[in-house]
Amino acid sequence: MNWRKVKDRLAARSMLVVIAFANSIAFLIALGLFIKSRPVLAKESIVDLIFSSTWAPLRGEFGFFPFIVGTIEVTLIAMVLTIPVCLLSAIYLSEYAHRLVREGVRLVVDIMAGIPSVLYGLWGILVIVPFVRNLGHALGHATTGYSLLSGGIILGMMVSPIIISVSLEVLRSVPMEAREATLALGTTRWETVKHVVLRVARHGILSAIVLGFTRAFGETIAVLMIVGNVPKVPQSIFDPAYPLPALLANNYGEMMSIPMYESALLFSAFILLLVVSGFNLAAHITLLRTERG
Amino acid sequence: MIASISIVVAVLVAILLVITLRGASSLSLSMLIETPKGGYYLGKGGGIANAIVGSLYLSLGATILAFLLSLPIAFALQKEFTGRHLANVTRLALDILWGTPSIVYGAFGFVLMITLGLHASLLGGIIALTLLMLPIMTRSMEEVIRMIPPELKETSYALGATRIETTFRVVFKQALPGIMTGILLAFGRGIGDAASILFTAGYTDYIPRSLLDPVASLPLAVFFQVATPIPEVQQRAYASALILLVIVLVVSVASRLLGRRFSRNIVR
Repeated sequence: MNWRKVKDRLAARSMLVVIAFANSIAFLIALGLFIKSRPVLAKESIVDLIFSSTWAPLRGEFGFFPFIVGTIEVTLIAMVLTIPVCLLSAIYLSEYAHRLVREGVRLVVDIMAGIPSVLYGLWGILVIVPFVRNLGHALGHATTGYSLLSGGIILGMMVSPIIISVSLEVLRSVPMEAREATLALGTTRWETVKHVVLRVARHGILSAIVLGFTRAFGETIAVLMIVGNVPKVPQSIFDPAYPLPALLANNYGEMMSIPMYESALLFSAFILLLVVSGFNLAAHITLLRTERG
Repeated sequence: MIASISIVVAVLVAILLVITLRGASSLSLSMLIETPKGGYYLGKGGGIANAIVGSLYLSLGATILAFLLSLPIAFALQKEFTGRHLANVTRLALDILWGTPSIVYGAFGFVLMITLGLHASLLGGIIALTLLMLPIMTRSMEEVIRMIPPELKETSYALGATRIETTFRVVFKQALPGIMTGILLAFGRGIGDAASILFTAGYTDYIPRSLLDPVASLPLAVFFQVATPIPEVQQRAYASALILLVIVLVVSVASRLLGRRFSRNIVR
């Protein structure tokens, strides 16, 4: 057999190995974190870990409840603030804006997506934290400004690029004929958007929101810098919180010295991975379905 | 709706302005070329050359490693080598990895390092960053490779070239602009990421001499220095932030320009 053919066969075989490697990374990460979190899972039941509020690593008590609540609340605030802005922007860019405006804003969104999270955190400390402190005082809440609300505002900004760009993509993929047919019936532009374009694109837009949600859920450094990091269930949006990723990032230094601590923290990374991957999987599968139409 | 757009644009402008203004007033030449001296963290002399060089080492190392892993994956996803279903599943797996929080990569990198008996080091940081960059690089390269007109490949096959020859001589050249963009995109993401190197790379006042030394980095320089109560040190956090911002923006502009430049050699 010809040497060139042999080389081609070999290459094709090794391509299979390469694909297997690409597919196995996610499983390896999950497996590694799971193995490390087994000691703490063996000691306490998963329900206790998730719903207990006592966080006392020295006594070996690991209740993740305040952290889980903190993560969910800060993420929800971010989503509430960012979803209207992002969706309206995406609709405007897709349906109303001139091509040049669309390209321009796309560039803005790309740049925003590329700004490192530590810079968002720094900006938050310089701008948002004082703002929230003053707002809190004006409303009669004593607050340092390092709070759920500040974290939510910054997170909302950080996830807006992905929500805008994915939903813009989805809206653009709605066939032009659908719009033309509706407009030909004498509807206004907004009626077309509301009744036709958004209806066709609803699953895709939901996926965009979910993708933004998972980004916010796992974001670490910016939140860590702003949200205050007090391990209690927050009572108001001006209270500090302590999301899971921040917990993990803040305590890595000590985790080797206290038994079970390392295992408990890596368990939190494992939860984070499972939640985020689960939502992402659902969103991507929905997006793939919409692409195929 | 126009108000929403304005908010988005205003946020970006505000971020760029605040960081530039705050950073520029505290930036000096000695910040750029000196490593921290005694008493640096109390506001005495020195600079953040350790973090600048450290960040470049980390990101360059990880970019090279990620490139060596990504390119074969991107090639392998072509339909000549991998069936449609398997390729779609792999794309999905990579998309999921792309969305994985960087702190999880950090934690996994940490687990890996304990298993291998490594301490926080340049090597550990590079491994964590490589994992972070891999899906970004692979997916953006692969998107471009998928866009190559099938006629081009078919012409090559008709001339008797094998699949692997076509891949390297036709596909690679044709996709080069996209490949460059993918590399720069991943580099930009990697150099700004703090959470994944927090556990794995450590922090030090020195420029590392070997792969096993701990290494400083710009994002962590911002993060640690802004947390101190001393105003002079906080000033340096702003300067570090500005340096990081400039690097990220330059990389982003470069990727756009390079993409355009290399696309001259492309058959359309």
